[in-house]
Amino acid sequence: MTETPTPYVAEKRTPMELAETLRARIPGWGVDLDPADRPSFPREQPGIQTGAHWDFPERQPESRPREKSIEHAFVTPVFGTSTPPAGVSGAIRKYAYKYSEGRAAHWLLLIAADRVNAWEHHLRSLATLRPDNPVTETGVLSEPARHGLRSRFGSKRADVNHQWIDPILVGGPWVLAGLGAVTAVRALARRASGRK
Amino acid sequence: MRAMVYRGPYKIRVEEKDMPRIEHPNDAIVRVTTGAICGSDLHLYHGMMPDTRVGMTFGHEFVGVVHEVGPSVQNLAVGDRVMVPFNVYCGSCWFCSRGLFSNCHNVNPNATAVGGIYGYSHTCGGYDGGQAEFVRVPFADVGPTKIPDWMDEEDAVLLTDALPTGYFGAQLGDIVEGDTVVVFGAGPVGLFAAKSAWLMGAGRVIVIDHLEYRLDKAGSFAHAETYNFAEYDDIVVHLKKATDYLGADVVIDAVGAEADGNFLQQVTGTKLKLQGGSAVALNWAIDSVRKGGTVSVVGAYGPIFSAVKFGDAVNKGLTLRMNQCPVKRQWPRLFEHIRNGYLKPSDIVTHRIPLEHIEEGYHMFSAKLDGCIKPLIVSSAS
Repeated sequence: MTETPTPYVAEKRTPMELAETLRARIPGWGVDLDPADRPSFPREQPGIQTGAHWDFPERQPESRPREKSIEHAFVTPVFGTSTPPAGVSGAIRKYAYKYSEGRAAHWLLLIAADRVNAWEHHLRSLATLRPDNPVTETGVLSEPARHGLRSRFGSKRADVNHQWIDPILVGGPWVLAGLGAVTAVRALARRASGRK
Repeated sequence: MRAMVYRGPYKIRVEEKDMPRIEHPNDAIVRVTTGAICGSDLHLYHGMMPDTRVGMTFGHEFVGVVHEVGPSVQNLAVGDRVMVPFNVYCGSCWFCSRGLFSNCHNVNPNATAVGGIYGYSHTCGGYDGGQAEFVRVPFADVGPTKIPDWMDEEDAVLLTDALPTGYFGAQLGDIVEGDTVVVFGAGPVGLFAAKSAWLMGAGRVIVIDHLEYRLDKAGSFAHAETYNFAEYDDIVVHLKKATDYLGADVVIDAVGAEADGNFLQQVTGTKLKLQGGSAVALNWAIDSVRKGGTVSVVGAYGPIFSAVKFGDAVNKGLTLRMNQCPVKRQWPRLFEHIRNGYLKPSDIVTHRIPLEHIEEGYHMFSAKLDGCIKPLIVSSAS
């Protein structure tokens, strides 16, 4: 090391590239240099025009009791109605909403409900004309067309060391469920034939 | 109508679904003409966001044509071509009236810590999203804007989240002339953040990722100096050396919850969902910024705790700034930049996937195949 690096002395060792040079090589360089030209400066802008023509919005009708955070004073005047809670997962979700957003229990119960919810629907789908198909629904069939091997290998990528876990996470429970079903059917068949 | 629906972690499919309906007098129904998959959709897709329910339609980046309006809608009419910010917001609550549109208090009964977002779990309000033929758009007089005649549809769809979020991330850095700015993540938001840093007068812009094709794009699109962290034993040390041991003045985390670079963080954060996300990029940001510097966070994280090196942030006297982007605040200035030729957002689009094959789009984007940077979704609605 020939020179003392910057932080040990008062001035930056490496001078900045000249503004004229930067302006010449980068379209628009410095056009927002003045913070006043930056739309989120300052962060809060009281009185900003939004298009709202109400002080408090009219309330969206609630066709069923809507789950809400206990940190809210009431159900907000507008809300999404995508997928109401139902079944076992719905019961877990409703229980999770007894805890505030500050409690780990709230979020961990919701995550648990998400996993239960998926299996409720997987099982229900088996009784329909369109059962869940983890092969088509994961999109893995696009691997050859999207150059799966060439994309992953040949350059240094940091994610190939854990991508192998994904098929186990997704397919593992299906394999276990399948083995469980086969075992159960064989046990029932044995019982029906009177064998021990 | 046809719509993408979530079927559980890593699994989606396209189904027939009921048409959305007007549920509030200021609602509109929009026929989606172009949508996109956002990197943050992958957190939902991987099952990381609490209260993501089977049957939900994702998608918070979309543009389309107004199909129906509620009785109190004044600013839009049937047939208008509109771009819709990813924020669902009322325009009148304590937060909206100060410009904090992404923090609206009137649209999300499920949580107070986050506002409303289309197609982004019940934690963000339970709204179905725009990866469908039609979508319900609440507060039609507040969020959507008619797409200017001169604007390309693909530029417009990138203005609904990715570009404004990157631009906002650079603003959160409070960049002054000559600053060295490091951006973690060369995805769409990182590319736009790097490009925006120049507009704000940065003297040097460095982009870090592990995907060579994205770093190439950061070089060509955002004029950035690039480093592949997978090629260094310790990217923090490399960045210190590259900045004469000072550290960067500003670091932007444009990665969020699925950051690579640490196996333990990946397994606990993204596979086992025991954290709100893998905090690798955020920790690297804290460690590679200079003392007294600013870390801007626009990468998305879940609401659960994450293993963040907060002590270093305290000891270094850092300014940490973060938020979801209030999109519509950014639009007038970004429209100018696009018209002036400083920004061409659609330059980062790599794939256009029909809605009917959206599961391929998710897999390709998630596994980073085929040079994917930004996949758009082309609706089949006529």
